[in-house]
Amino acid sequence: MLHLNQIHKIFNEGTPDEKIAIDHVNLTLNPGDFVTVIGSNGAGKSTLMNIISGVLVPDVGDIHIDGKNVTTMSEYKRSKMIGRVFQDPMAGTAPSMTIEENLAMAYSRNKTRTFRRGVTKKRRDYFREVLESLHLGLENRLSAKVGLLSGGERQALSLLMATFTEPAILLLDEHTAALDPSRAELITNLTREIVGKYQLTTLMVTHNMQQAIDLGNRLIMMDKGQIILEVDAVNKKNLTIEGLLEEFKRIRGVQMASDRAVLS
Amino acid sequence: MNEEQRLTERMISMFTAIFGSFEAGIIYAIMALGVYLSFRILDFPDLTVDGSFVTGAALSAVLIAGGVNPFLATILALFAGFAAGCMTGLLHTFGKINNLLSGILMMIALYSINLRIMGRSNIPLLNMETSFTKIGGFFENIGVDSFFNGLLTAVGLGDSLPGTWGILIFMIIVTLVIKWLTDLFLQTEIGLAVRATGNNKQMIRSFSANTNLLTILGLGLSNALVAFSGALIAQQGGFADVGMGIGMIVIGLASVIIGEALFGTKSIARATLAVIGGSIIYRIVVTLALRVEFLDPGDMKVITALIVIIALTAPKIIEQSKEKKRKARRRQERLNMIKASAERKGENHAAFKSDS
Repeated sequence: MLHLNQIHKIFNEGTPDEKIAIDHVNLTLNPGDFVTVIGSNGAGKSTLMNIISGVLVPDVGDIHIDGKNVTTMSEYKRSKMIGRVFQDPMAGTAPSMTIEENLAMAYSRNKTRTFRRGVTKKRRDYFREVLESLHLGLENRLSAKVGLLSGGERQALSLLMATFTEPAILLLDEHTAALDPSRAELITNLTREIVGKYQLTTLMVTHNMQQAIDLGNRLIMMDKGQIILEVDAVNKKNLTIEGLLEEFKRIRGVQMASDRAVLS
Repeated sequence: MNEEQRLTERMISMFTAIFGSFEAGIIYAIMALGVYLSFRILDFPDLTVDGSFVTGAALSAVLIAGGVNPFLATILALFAGFAAGCMTGLLHTFGKINNLLSGILMMIALYSINLRIMGRSNIPLLNMETSFTKIGGFFENIGVDSFFNGLLTAVGLGDSLPGTWGILIFMIIVTLVIKWLTDLFLQTEIGLAVRATGNNKQMIRSFSANTNLLTILGLGLSNALVAFSGALIAQQGGFADVGMGIGMIVIGLASVIIGEALFGTKSIARATLAVIGGSIIYRIVVTLALRVEFLDPGDMKVITALIVIIALTAPKIIEQSKEKKRKARRRQERLNMIKASAERKGENHAAFKSDS
């Protein structure tokens, strides 16, 4: 479904600040795979996300989605196939537009936008139906401005908007990190539910090791722009935080930087 | 002249002035709607307006003077404005030039282009067949003028009869149709994407919308309305002048801000209506201000600036003073409560009572 081949990316090349962000990474996601990505700050997780979504172009290597080479395809074209949820709950929705208008925009993701009405009666019924799956009562607030929602509600809406058109790839970039623990748990559960329901091929970056272990069927660990550990479906079942840290120490010979790699 | 006569005279001249400013306001409202599209919907302070307004006026004046059908000339002005706005959009999106600067560049370039279009700095349209003389004639024929003037005479304003009601009625219809079309457009799939482009670029790009094209489209439409309004103002005023666009963006902003402050922005339809109202009120305020003896017509720009400044700052100041009062009241309530509970405690060791 998603295939990364020898991706290499350097920032500030030729200056004293030169930094290898992604170091010849190979990664293949099969249809229905849910891969969680962990690693400390600066490991290259977000850069990898940005390269897949087309915000950044790799210096070397190519990206295939659904068998199509999308390496040089612009971000907006590629996003027909990619659903994204950002870390910032404010980033995934348009605050001064209503819930139904936001959903209408997400609904046109894989269609050509025309001069037809964005929110029709038929669509409104459909939006109400998908909103019910969030169990937040948003289906009764279709014409409320999204800016009035709480962070957790907005992030749940973002998640729904990114997924209900069933994109080929779903990218989740620390999408629970900015929420308080109970809201984060809500979004985590919704993620599990929605990804399972649509059988989405998903790549999720997280700082939360427990979340990385609980969710998904595969796990990869990144450090200094490389994928240093891949855990497959069979081994992931028995994975623990201690095991992961141990593994990191074995590979890198040092303790994992525990800046934000929270253990809980 | 006795007191009563003087009063009637005052009222009559006041009525004439307000009638005139209402008429101008409703034409300028189309320009204000254009500014609303760029400034509010796209979040793009677009200074092209100062140039594209004149482009519309210049093109329509040249065409009308050359014998082209005035309605056709006005429509062509609309397309010229669209092109100008698209250029600004191209500079900003593909040229990656800062939004203010791309507007300024286009505005300055349009000054020369407008001079080229006109061939000289001023084209009079007096005694020409314009859209408005046609409309005026039409309304006169069907007897609308005599009807309304009859009404006015009946209420004692018979000496101040406007030349034609046609322009006003026609412009109310045209402006409302444009407002309605704008509302409809902003509800379409493309319209929603344009609004999101001004609201959250990152988000709408992640839903496969080409924000560059949408910005260009939005600015094109915005300046199309502005040029359309310019073409109509030239025909109403009877001339096109290369300097008639100076400060137009500020007038547009004034209309948008006044309208929003007075009439609210609950929905798109409400906001566009507010902008039209703002434009009319702006005209009336300026007209009334200019009736103050020591002010000259040349002071209009400073009045405009003052109106915008007041409209921008007054709501905040009012809000702050309200907030202050509210806090003071809260504090007073708290103090009273504490006092009361202290007294009670003193009397019979009442249990602690929290009332938060």
